[in-house]
Amino acid sequence: MLDFLRQPWPWYVAGPLIGLTVPALLLIGNKALGISSSLRHVCAACVPAGIPFLTYNWRAELWNLFFVLGIGIGGFLGYQVLGHPDTIAISPETVRDLQAQMGLTDFSGLLPKELFALENLSNWKGWVFLVLGGFLVGFGTRYAGGCTSGHAISGLSNLQWVSLVAVIGFFIGGLLMTWVFYPLMF
Amino acid sequence: MKNLKYLVLGVLFGIILTKSEVISWFRIQEMFRFQSFHMYGIIGSAIVVGLISIQLIKRNHVKSINGETITLADKQYNHGTWIGGIIFGLGWALTGACPGPLFAQLGSGVASAAVLILAALAGTWTYSALREKLPH
Repeated sequence: MLDFLRQPWPWYVAGPLIGLTVPALLLIGNKALGISSSLRHVCAACVPAGIPFLTYNWRAELWNLFFVLGIGIGGFLGYQVLGHPDTIAISPETVRDLQAQMGLTDFSGLLPKELFALENLSNWKGWVFLVLGGFLVGFGTRYAGGCTSGHAISGLSNLQWVSLVAVIGFFIGGLLMTWVFYPLMF
Repeated sequence: MKNLKYLVLGVLFGIILTKSEVISWFRIQEMFRFQSFHMYGIIGSAIVVGLISIQLIKRNHVKSINGETITLADKQYNHGTWIGGIIFGLGWALTGACPGPLFAQLGSGVASAAVLILAALAGTWTYSALREKLPH
């Protein structure tokens, strides 16, 4: 059992477990799964600056911040305690494409160090991947009213057509970046 | 403490995200390049299980453990749904992470996740400040 837990989990184990988080949150507290809202609550708690969209009782949403804190702890347990492979076994085609198109050579870890090392903040690549990338995630999710958890999983599970529009948007943006902007950048 | 149960569920959720490698930039690239079924299998099976669970809850009028009637609000459409969706998608492919995985990455010990989360907070704050001026 422990050996199984230590290995990377296949999609047919992880996917259904992620799906079960939706009813679990409903059953333990009538809460809808959604993670990007936590970013708004942190802004409202720390820098509301008189902005109407950040002026609300964020304390009533504390559960969401506890959930997110838990995700961080889960990241530590899942990666450092249960262990992880040095290099994630992605498809050989992806490795080949990333080598040929983006010049990546180091495939160890969760993120390519050639793009995400903090030293990269001294050049444009670091700013695009670390700062612009993070900014677009925070800006876009709130503009769209949700992220992969709130729209793709929670929203589509509840047959919300609005969420389908959002998820199509997520993929248009992701495909544009991967197939149009990446080739222009590298 | 009434929020402890959300912390516990968050821990389990974070372990699942980490062990299934969806917090990896490489897995997200593999997805956007259509070179593996892994991410599609995870998202697809999560939706199927979520959908069946919600139907069972609705049809049987299941209450939460506090005795509350479970309610699911309908999401409201505005033009931000797709404009913001595309903007997030661009960021998703760059960072290889949506908000949940960012927190899991930070916990796993990836230093860049701290910068990404700060930048995401700046993005959310900027959207909040500009909200009245943006098309919705």
